[in-house]
This record gives sequence, structure tokens and C-alpha cells, in this order.
Amino acid sequence: MYFESLDALLNMAGHGPYVWSCYGLFFALLGLNVWHAKRQQLKALKQVKALVRRNS
Amino acid sequence: MTESSWRMPRWFHQMGSPKWFYGFAGILQPWFAIAALGLLTWGALWGLAFAPADYQQGNSFRIMYVHVPAAILSQSIFLGMAVAGAVGLVWKMKVAFMVARSCIAIGATFTAIALVTGAIWGKPTWGAYWVWDARLTSTLVLFFLYAGIMALNQAISERHIAGKATAILAIVGTINIPIIKYSVEWWNTLHQSSSFTLTAKPSMPAEMYLPLLLTVLGSYCFFALVVLMRTRSQIVQSQSGASWLMQHRDITGA
Amino acid sequence: MIRFMWAIVRRDLLLVARQPAEMINPLVFFLLVIALFPLGVSPEAALLSQTAAGVIWVAAMLATLLSLELLFKLDHDDGSLEQLLLAPYPSWSLVLAKVFVHWLVSGLPLILISPLIATMLFLPSQAVPTLMLSLLIGTPTLSLLGAIGAALVTGVRGGGMLLTLLILPLYVPVIIFGASSVAAAAQGMAIDGYMALLAAMFVFALMITPWAAGSALKL
Repeated sequence: MYFESLDALLNMAGHGPYVWSCYGLFFALLGLNVWHAKRQQLKALKQVKALVRRNS
Repeated sequence: MTESSWRMPRWFHQMGSPKWFYGFAGILQPWFAIAALGLLTWGALWGLAFAPADYQQGNSFRIMYVHVPAAILSQSIFLGMAVAGAVGLVWKMKVAFMVARSCIAIGATFTAIALVTGAIWGKPTWGAYWVWDARLTSTLVLFFLYAGIMALNQAISERHIAGKATAILAIVGTINIPIIKYSVEWWNTLHQSSSFTLTAKPSMPAEMYLPLLLTVLGSYCFFALVVLMRTRSQIVQSQSGASWLMQHRDITGA
Repeated sequence: MIRFMWAIVRRDLLLVARQPAEMINPLVFFLLVIALFPLGVSPEAALLSQTAAGVIWVAAMLATLLSLELLFKLDHDDGSLEQLLLAPYPSWSLVLAKVFVHWLVSGLPLILISPLIATMLFLPSQAVPTLMLSLLIGTPTLSLLGAIGAALVTGVRGGGMLLTLLILPLYVPVIIFGASSVAAAAQGMAIDGYMALLAAMFVFALMITPWAAGSALKL
């Protein structure tokens, strides 16, 4: 690893908050997107299942 | 507009069939998920902890590994959205409109990420959170373009009309993007004494460059994943009465 | 087809003449924004003359936006838009005719009153011809691009705000080069390049707008 210790990795010679907030934002927003897409998928399937139940 | 008279390959029209697309996309989905997760994690870890620091910018340059993919994707997604819209308009393919619609949210997300990470990167590099640098300003305008398309899509209640209107706007927007970029860059050089670029110099050693390749590829895979998921959801919504869907594995649980 | 376009121009002008408010409003708005700017910032001649080019251009853009929503709305509301689209003439001719009227009513007055505005904001007098020329080429471009947005939001509730959101990104290049040309003229520099670019953008807008707006109207 480039950094000598875990502490150094978090701190990054003072640039830590900037770098970590960026990576955090990146993965948080992407995670939000895929979670929302999954929720949309489940909702759509649920509606069709209800339709099938009503018709059977 | 009349139907195209020269023949497109069979797979092209096949993709327009909701049933076929649903199945094919369903097969691809898990692979893109695995690829996205793997590539992004590997690239991020490498860029964060193992790549050497830039001698000018120090450790803040590591933001590049998330900023650059976001910037690249924000633009290529807009282009892809316009292409999908154009395909929908010319070949009257509903699935194409669905694909275009699926691109809006993820495209806007990447644009927002590019904006915010660009601003955060600016602080240790230039001493300010926001500068009217050409790239950031163009990205801001791009974000407004996405916001407009999102608003238009939600404002029109009839799905088919919404699809066509969004396609027209996306096409007009795409044609304008190079013009906007050119004008903002020109305006920027007029008013800035020094020229800043946010991307690192291209002559980077491999240990610095490779993680970037990984995160860019991983981001594309993630984009593909989300588009497939959202398009399949729209197919399910619009085909609720269709027999192929009602007997499908995903519904019956068989 | 020319007779068709001319008939629409005459009809729309007649409608505007019956409601002069429609014509006065953008002009008054333009003047108000210009007047508010020194009030909000500073009446110092040095500061105002530096920013005059940009302020005038942004104000012109806002005034154009204000009247855009009505471009197709009135005809859509009473059903005459549908009838016009059914006419055996291409929809782009309808769009062009209406955009022309819109420019006559909103853009042309701005151009004519711009020397007065230039004086109020201490724009150097050597820049005034450039100001008028840039507005002459630029305001039709703004009307054209705006028509695309207006066509897309016809019949949509809350269309006004949405329209603004849709068009503003498209206006960015026009504003940049329009204002820069005037700023350059104020400093005595050559404006040929700017004018060429503005003219190119106008031609470009002329080419894509009728198609895009026509398709959008038929939705």
C-alpha cells in the first residue's frame, strides 16, 4: 500500500476529507440509483401479480 | 416519417420486441451487476490506497478516479439517450423510448457527481470550491439540460407522447452540447489568465492510469445495469395484460 | 405556401394589436430589469459600463422568455392550432410565421430601444452599433430556439416554468457571444469573429427549429 498506516490512509496528508467525501458521494449516489431501480422493478412486478390474482 | 426502406439486421428489430428485450436483458443483468461491483471496487481501492500520489497535487488527485468517470458518463449517457430517442422516433419502437427514459436519472446523477467532486477537488487545488472553469461550467449547463428533460418527462402524463417529446428535446440538446462546450471554453479563456485542467496529464505512469480505466469501465457497466433494470420495469408496467408476461417466471414464481 | 405564412403573420399581428399589453409587457420588463440593476448593485459609472453588455443581453433574453409561452398557447387553447396543423402546408411554415411575429413584437422593440438603454448603463457609445447588430442577429435566434421549448410544453400544465428550464441551456452560447461582442466593441476591438459566430448560430437555429417545433406541435 502507498500509505504507511491506516491512519495515514484516512488522513492523506490533510487531503483526506476531500478525497473520502468524494468517494463516499460517488458510491452513495450510485447505491441510491440501483436501490431505486430495484424498488421500481419490484413494484411493477407486484402490480402484475395482483392483476393475475384478480383474474384467476 | 415513413418506415425505413433499407433493412436493418434482424437483431435490431428483435430488440424492439418487449418480450424479447425483457428476457435478454434479464440474462445480462446479473453479469453487469457483478462486473460493475468488481471493477468499481477494484478500481477505487487501487486508486485510493495503492496508486502513488501526484507530485504536484498530492493525494487530492485521487478524486480523479471518481470525477473523471462521472464526467465521461454524464456526456456519453446524454448522447446515448438521444440516440435511443432517435431510434424510437424513426422506427417507432416503444422499447427505444423506454431505454431513453431509463437514462435520465442515472445521467443526471453522474453529472451531479462530476459537479460536486469537481468542486471539492478544486478546493485543495485552486483554493476555492467553485471556479467558473470551462469544464465545470459546461457540466453545470449539462445538468440543467438533464433537469429540463426530467421535468418534461414528468410533466406529460401520456407515456407515448412523453417519450416522443423527450426524444426531440434530447436530440436538440445533443446537437447543442458541442456548441455550448465550445462557447463556454472560449468564454473561459477570455476571462481566465491561467488555464486549469481538472484531468491529470495524459502521460501518467501505468500505476496511476490503470485504476482510472477500471473505474470508467465499472461505471459503464453500472450504467448498463441500471438501464436494463429500469427498461424491464417499464416493459412490465406497459405490458401488464400481456399473456407472455402473466405466464412469466418472474410473476408466477415458478 | 407563402400566402399561408403571410396570412398567419397578418392574423397574429392583428391579434396582438387588439391586445397591446402583449406587446408592451416584454418591453416594460426589459426596462425594469435594466433599471433595477443599478439599484441593486451600484450606480457607479465605472462598474456599470463594465457589466453593461452582459446585463443588457441577459435582460433581453429574459424579456424574450416572458412572451414565449404565449406563442402557441392561445391557438392551442381555442383549438385553432389543430386546425392550422391540418392545413396542407408543412408545419415548419406555421412555426416560421409565428416565430417571425414573435420577434417583431418582442425582439424588434428591444433593438430599437437599446441605444437608450446603453446610455442608462454607461455603455461606451462606440459599442452601440455592435449592440444593435448583435441583438438584431441574436434575438431572432432566441425566438427560434424558444419556439422549440414552447412547442414542447404546449398543453402541459405549469408550462411556463418548464419552458424556461428547457430553453436556458440552449441560450448559453448566444448570450456568451452576444455579450462578448458588445464588450469587445466597447474596448475598441474587432467584432467580425463574434458576428460570424452569431450569424452561424442564427442559421443553425433557423435550420433545426422549424423541424423540431413542428414535430413537437404534432404530438
